[in-house]
Amino acid sequence: MDYVASLVLQIGSSVATLVLISLGLAIIFGMMRIINLAHGEFLMLGGYCTVTAYNAGMNIWIAIFVVAPLVVGIFGMIIERFIIQYLYGRIIDTMLATWGLSLALIGIVTVVFGNTTSGVSAPLGSLAIGDYRTGVYSILLIPVAIALVGGGWLLLRYTRAGLIARGTMQNAAMATSLGIESRRVYAVTFGIGAAVSGLAGAMLAPLTGVVPTIGAAYVAKAFITVISGGAAILTGTVVASGLLGTLNTLVTYATTPVIGSVALLSAAVLLLRVLPQGITGHVFRRNL
Amino acid sequence: MTSRRSFLKASALGLAASAGPFFNRGTYASESIKVAGIHDASGGLDFYGKQMIAALDLAVAETNAAGGLLGKPVELIAYDAQSNLQLTTQYATQAATRDQADVVVGGMSSASREAIRPILRRHNVLYMYNTYYEGGVCDRNMFATGSTPGQSMRRLIPYVMNKWNAKSVYILAADYNFGQTMTKWFTKYTTENGGDVLGTEFFPLDVTNFGPTINKIQSAKPDMVLLVLVGGPHMSFYRQWAAAGMHEQIPMASGDLDHEIEILSPEEGNGIHVAYSYLDGLKNEKNKAFKKAMRDNYGIGLVTEMGAHTYTGFNLWADAVRKAGTVDRMAVIETLEDNASFDGPAGLITVDPATHHCIADIYIGQSMNGVYEQLEVFPQQAPIDTAAVCDLTQDPRETRQFVVEVK
Amino acid sequence: MSKLMNWSGSLLVVLAGLLALVIVPSIVELYVLIDLSIYASFGILALSLGLVWGYGGILSLGQAAFFGLGGYAYAVAAINLGDSASALLIGIAIPACFAAVLGYFMFWGNVSDVYLGVMTLTVALILHSFISQTAGDQWVIGNAPLGGLNGIPGTPILSWPWSPDASMTLREVYSVTVVLLLCSYLGCKAYLASNPGRILVAARENELRCQLLGYNVRRYKQLAFVIGGGLAGLAGVLFANSVFVNPAMFGLSVNAQSIIWVIVGGLGTLIGPLVGAFLVQFLTKSLGSISQVPGLAWLDPNLVLGLFLVLFVLFVPKGLAPLFRSASLGLFPLAGKAGLRKSSTNGRQRSGT
Repeated sequence: MDYVASLVLQIGSSVATLVLISLGLAIIFGMMRIINLAHGEFLMLGGYCTVTAYNAGMNIWIAIFVVAPLVVGIFGMIIERFIIQYLYGRIIDTMLATWGLSLALIGIVTVVFGNTTSGVSAPLGSLAIGDYRTGVYSILLIPVAIALVGGGWLLLRYTRAGLIARGTMQNAAMATSLGIESRRVYAVTFGIGAAVSGLAGAMLAPLTGVVPTIGAAYVAKAFITVISGGAAILTGTVVASGLLGTLNTLVTYATTPVIGSVALLSAAVLLLRVLPQGITGHVFRRNL
Repeated sequence: MTSRRSFLKASALGLAASAGPFFNRGTYASESIKVAGIHDASGGLDFYGKQMIAALDLAVAETNAAGGLLGKPVELIAYDAQSNLQLTTQYATQAATRDQADVVVGGMSSASREAIRPILRRHNVLYMYNTYYEGGVCDRNMFATGSTPGQSMRRLIPYVMNKWNAKSVYILAADYNFGQTMTKWFTKYTTENGGDVLGTEFFPLDVTNFGPTINKIQSAKPDMVLLVLVGGPHMSFYRQWAAAGMHEQIPMASGDLDHEIEILSPEEGNGIHVAYSYLDGLKNEKNKAFKKAMRDNYGIGLVTEMGAHTYTGFNLWADAVRKAGTVDRMAVIETLEDNASFDGPAGLITVDPATHHCIADIYIGQSMNGVYEQLEVFPQQAPIDTAAVCDLTQDPRETRQFVVEVK
Repeated sequence: MSKLMNWSGSLLVVLAGLLALVIVPSIVELYVLIDLSIYASFGILALSLGLVWGYGGILSLGQAAFFGLGGYAYAVAAINLGDSASALLIGIAIPACFAAVLGYFMFWGNVSDVYLGVMTLTVALILHSFISQTAGDQWVIGNAPLGGLNGIPGTPILSWPWSPDASMTLREVYSVTVVLLLCSYLGCKAYLASNPGRILVAARENELRCQLLGYNVRRYKQLAFVIGGGLAGLAGVLFANSVFVNPAMFGLSVNAQSIIWVIVGGLGTLIGPLVGAFLVQFLTKSLGSISQVPGLAWLDPNLVLGLFLVLFVLFVPKGLAPLFRSASLGLFPLAGKAGLRKSSTNGRQRSGT
């Protein structure tokens, strides 16, 4: 019984991790059709913000929930202003420029912080379920992921800003002719996507620690999740994360971590051959 | 004393040399004795690279301050291989053919050593390798100063099994060559000492989620956990282990934990046992002076075995040159084979002529608030693993790296 | 007239090749020759990406997958067969077959360009993590252990077919690499001048129109992708001869660098990527000496390469090749004009819309 309970918690936090690491990417991709290859480095920056703020004496929760998203969000908007906005409509050039940005960020952070791991300890202690003990903090990932997705859904569904965003997403030219400044929408979207990535990186930092190259550990999984998810930002990310995260955890339990990752990747490749537009390209077409 | 300035000078010399003309300059009697260092000052291995570069620079500067070698100054040519094997190959060739170095020091990972070794052998340039590694290299042109599992793990495992009264172990290892080999030694010494291995898991180097593994260990309930985890992502294990409240429950010993202890908090890192042929906290006078020079001149706090033995390696070679009265490769090799020894920061290190590895003191230590406390010392341990497959006195032409059969 | 330009370009490359073969070995030191062999093998990789991406409009962000596969196939075959000439062919064939399978998934699955980029990159990264964890005893093919992160340090060196027991000297490896680079370049030229090559370019310009004219565009893309895979495999074999095979051949850094070569050199040309490869590699190696000098430590190689990529995409999106062209305007005014017009409809802008 307690084995099952701890297994369910593991699956939950593994799915939540996938949601967190892919949501920022999905927002930027879904709204702007831009593939941000510097996504992993946005996560990495979020982690460094938290560690730096915490070491400077700040409360850990403020460092995670305020400092990291704020700093990375602003950084994202600066990047949008100086690089991305010149490349709208040139989707492949955007990819290349963000790849260059990714390398440059790794370089800068290496020069500033060095190549060694830094990190903070996970707060909140541990929880015993029968014979098993789990960190409370890793369970916290689940409500945070739910809150982010739920908040995003409310925002898109019920607010004027959400309406504008959905309008621009569906038809940018039409939105512009109705008086919406799509350039501003894009700038804000990019900022929000970056902020969400920053928060995700910050949430994970106490569990994993940060190194300048930590982005590479996440980025392949994030891309696979977003692309398997397809066009609908929220539904796609959640469904794909649920599917891949559960599969990965179950296989890892049954066998080894290597076979777990292989299972995740093979599932994604098969999925894309059958559904080239991702899950939501076929099934939940009208969702957000 | 040496200073940062000498480091500047040495590096600038290296730069000038590497920016030199591409064309044949012909061979001429060189005015200085040339030492080439190939280490990774950037990329994934730079933590180790920086202290090895500093230790080599320190050793060269001390030698020069004492009048150089054979009346000539020692010139250090330092290359940064950027944790990139292709560049390692290129720089090794450059050091051998253009710089005509008298000795090459460095190569950090086993992969970079295997990149450098054949090149230096082809061009007849002596090679000092100073990293602890899986053992088994049998090459008369190379001397290895680092410890091997047949030295360190042979002492560590019985020590911790006895101390913690542990009869069952769980092994977690990084899925690469060193991790695989270490796991075999862990298993061998555990069973030899009457223990059971309950489970072994290998992790690719980019794994960051250890949740399922921690649950599996909780199911298995071992008396202790043995680790060979490597690199930034694997640091997650210590954090997730402590976050799950396991750190007080099951003790751990590691075959590869060094700079990590500086980063882990006391709740995560304290009490993990290790064994090396050098520990940062050794109390001997030579180590105190060495540590002070490393800190004052290069800003390096924690020194690990690789850094200390880079210092050992150069000094072994320099002593041999003085004794032989020449930098000629064969003369120096023969002098080193004559049980050459160096009494430095790590205690007495003696060359074993049959394997070209070193007989060294093995220190067992535990991490405590970011430094290592020495618990026990096993003096003068021979490299029995490499010795089982390699005897250069019988077959000096051997060049292979053997996979040591662990039974 | 643009033909004149074309042929004058090929002529220049052949002349440069002859220079590299006859004169260079006698005036430079051995280590420079080894560097040049490595750069030349990268040159072939750059050609393969220049062909697939620049002419086929197939954004293969993971071209290093074929590079690494070629190297490993060669090493494993050479160790087992003991005959490096047939191993060379295997080193080309296996990545080409792999490209065929991958191409089938992508072109017949209607994977569009952006997804295609991410998919190829992911495949390369998966191969990288797979091959990195082959240190265990179970990963042995015949007599060849895959070696995990260490790679296969004893990668056999090529030998002449008529004396299979003696491996080539480093100078011979250099000559063979340069000759194969030349052949690859001329082969690509010939392919692009042939019908399948012309249809490929037509499809890049307007896929729909091409289909309406009755061409099965997928097949022509598939052909280009397979040729690119084989070329990248050849590059991997030659790289393995100058260094040795190791998992980094599949890694992010080789993938990123190959993209940077093409961008820096110029997309939609063959000579551009080639020149880009030599330039960027030379820069990377120089950084290894420079960044040691205190005060210049901020010259982290990642930082420099990343900035290069961003700046070229923003300010020199067509790369250096058009600049060479305009420099040669004085020589062949009309030809230069035609060349410029041709390069203005370049594949990257197209496929972005």
